[in-house]
Amino acid sequence: MIEKIEEKLRAALGENIISVKEFKDQVIVEARRDAIVEVCRFLKEDRELEFNFLSDICGADMLNFVDSSSRKAYLAVEHDYHPEEVPTAGRFMVIYQLTSLRNRTRIRVKVRVDGDNPVCPSLTSLYPAANWYERETFDMFGITFEGHPDMRRMYMPEEYDHHPLRKDFPLMGVPGSIPLPRK
Amino acid sequence: MAVNRTNENEGFLTSRVDALFNWSLKNSLWPMPLGISCCAIEMMAFAGPRYDVSRFGAEVFRFSPRQSDLLIVAGTVTYKMARVVRKIYDQMPDPKWVISMGVCASSGGMYRSYSVVQGIDQFVPVDVYVGGCPPRPDSLLKALMEIQKRIQAGETLTQQRRPEKVLVD
Amino acid sequence: MANSSRDKDNVAQIVRALEDKDTSAALEDPLENYMVLNMGPQHPATHGVLRLLVKLDGETVVECIPELGYLHRGYEKIAEASTYMEFIPHTDRLDYISPIANNVAYALAVEKIAGVEAPPRAQYIRVIGAELARVSSHLMAIGAMAMDVGAMTVFLWAFREREKLYDIFDLLTGVRFTTSYTRIGGVAQDLTDETKQAIGKFIDEFPHHHAEIIKMLNKNRIFLDRVVGVGAIDAETAIGLGFSGANLRGCGIEHDIRTFSPYLVYDQLSFDVITEKDGDCFARYMVRMREMLESVKIVRQALERIPQGPIKADLPKKVLPQKERVYEKMEELIHDFVIVNDGVNPDVGDVYVTTEGSKGELGFYIISDGSGHPWRMKIRSPSFCNLQALPYLVKGQMISDVVAIIGSIDPIMGEADK
Repeated sequence: MIEKIEEKLRAALGENIISVKEFKDQVIVEARRDAIVEVCRFLKEDRELEFNFLSDICGADMLNFVDSSSRKAYLAVEHDYHPEEVPTAGRFMVIYQLTSLRNRTRIRVKVRVDGDNPVCPSLTSLYPAANWYERETFDMFGITFEGHPDMRRMYMPEEYDHHPLRKDFPLMGVPGSIPLPRK
Repeated sequence: MAVNRTNENEGFLTSRVDALFNWSLKNSLWPMPLGISCCAIEMMAFAGPRYDVSRFGAEVFRFSPRQSDLLIVAGTVTYKMARVVRKIYDQMPDPKWVISMGVCASSGGMYRSYSVVQGIDQFVPVDVYVGGCPPRPDSLLKALMEIQKRIQAGETLTQQRRPEKVLVD
Repeated sequence: MANSSRDKDNVAQIVRALEDKDTSAALEDPLENYMVLNMGPQHPATHGVLRLLVKLDGETVVECIPELGYLHRGYEKIAEASTYMEFIPHTDRLDYISPIANNVAYALAVEKIAGVEAPPRAQYIRVIGAELARVSSHLMAIGAMAMDVGAMTVFLWAFREREKLYDIFDLLTGVRFTTSYTRIGGVAQDLTDETKQAIGKFIDEFPHHHAEIIKMLNKNRIFLDRVVGVGAIDAETAIGLGFSGANLRGCGIEHDIRTFSPYLVYDQLSFDVITEKDGDCFARYMVRMREMLESVKIVRQALERIPQGPIKADLPKKVLPQKERVYEKMEELIHDFVIVNDGVNPDVGDVYVTTEGSKGELGFYIISDGSGHPWRMKIRSPSFCNLQALPYLVKGQMISDVVAIIGSIDPIMGEADK
């Protein structure tokens, strides 16, 4: 399965595919950001693969991600983190979960997005379902999707300034950022 | 109801208007079910066949705040929802009471996060807090009885109309 | 030809006027036919705190914009700050109509990345719990939908049955509502004979009560007029919009994760994947009705085949020991302490595990950095994705049908808002 997908993807898209891996029986493709629409179009429209159902899109903040089981490394991000020191290259990841209803297979496509200008092409032209998923990702990470018809926040109030799921955002939020009604 | 039996032989009972008013109010509370999350389901069970709130005269759930006098806030109140809760409270006519159902509404509960208000008493006055996540319908019945007790003991006509503290910034 | 040049000027002027934003907005609706109606977030028929902005032409819906976030509790951020074990109680409150199904889905996701497998008995117990939760959820969906279109009786009947299920959950897990039943590598308590009898009694009686509801609704003229042909969607659009679960099966697509990629012991149990072809509210209602009987069938088979044995995997470094043993043995006490404090340390990597939740494809995507906390956890909640189709479903329908359509989609805001 994985060999076939890798071969087909590399033949069709060449340089745009960075890697094809397998982890716990799940196929993971890493692609270049600018080519994500072509990669997904190929995966959707190829007769054999036919990944016609977009299960999910999500973002992830990989700031100071350390491959280790030590707790210290995990807590490396302090709350008084200085934004200018945040390493920006490839800080965010956008992850697409595609499903083929006919073949009963799943695939995961990942792209890296820079931290200083988090922009990613939108998949709404391919999968209408991407609309809300991308809005959610924008709300939580501040990643803007180019070509999205309605780039508004999904959950937080429209006038909210922060993006909660970034690693430098504290769990309890910024006090006073959303006013409460007067008693 | 304090009844004065002086003229009982002539077929009269005397009481205070306040007491009569309280007595009828107590047994015909109309709740405004503000079901927000999980607690709403237990609130439905509280109105459902087994726990049957109509035994206490409070089965008339009005989804319009202008027709109700008991606000049951059932569920997690987020900052985005807070304005809505306050608006609903403001729309209810006096006299009115508030039950904060479940730990989420009372104190934020297990949601210590950026979007959850840590207790609705920061923006509405609460009469009874009900613990539990979610509380069992029995606890909510208990809370209703507490409100009834409070109505019975209080002087509704004169006291509840008192203006709330006005904050001048 | 002076005339034609003047005409040209006039045309240019009109075009300019049309292009002007304000003018064109006025021209679009010259008689001010449209009315914008705000539904929610406090509305009895929006199943929680969904808010809809509906643009109406008379009574017909022209446009509908759902507004979410009134119950956004920040689960994903909380997950990053808690250990894998600590997050289990939070999963109850995602889809709070069927907590056990969520517990199972979450436990499966963590087990996948941690390389743990629950023993057979635990797997059977999980199937029983998840299927009973599905019955409970579908009862709620049907009761609430019927109530929204005016049949209060069905709601009360459904609640009567749900109370029986709550009693069973009480016996099985110790609580009636928020169960927190699964553990990583097993379940919290064993299925006792008493519970088994209670479940047996319920599944024997349930088909009778199920038939009562069918009798009440399926030939009820008022109900049929409200739901047949209302809110129809075709299969291709439904797939494009990310529909899943009973809603997708209502469009004739045979997609059920229990057969799509079998988990637990579903591949050893026989059941049908229910589909209806019409894709309207009635089809979605019928799928739920018929699925409840399939769930009962699954529970009956599982009760017959459930093997004896342990209910937790024998992996002391990853799986919490039984509480009784913690009080007696030193080893177990140490493991309990370490697992509770440090957490399960799974492999570094990421997995996406889905199960067929009561509302549809319920998935957990976990990125692990090898520590006791997930680096990132994404919850793919079916209600969120199903709601996305709402604007398409209500377009061109009457305003009174909007409540029936919301009821037929069966969204739970706890899950949709996360």
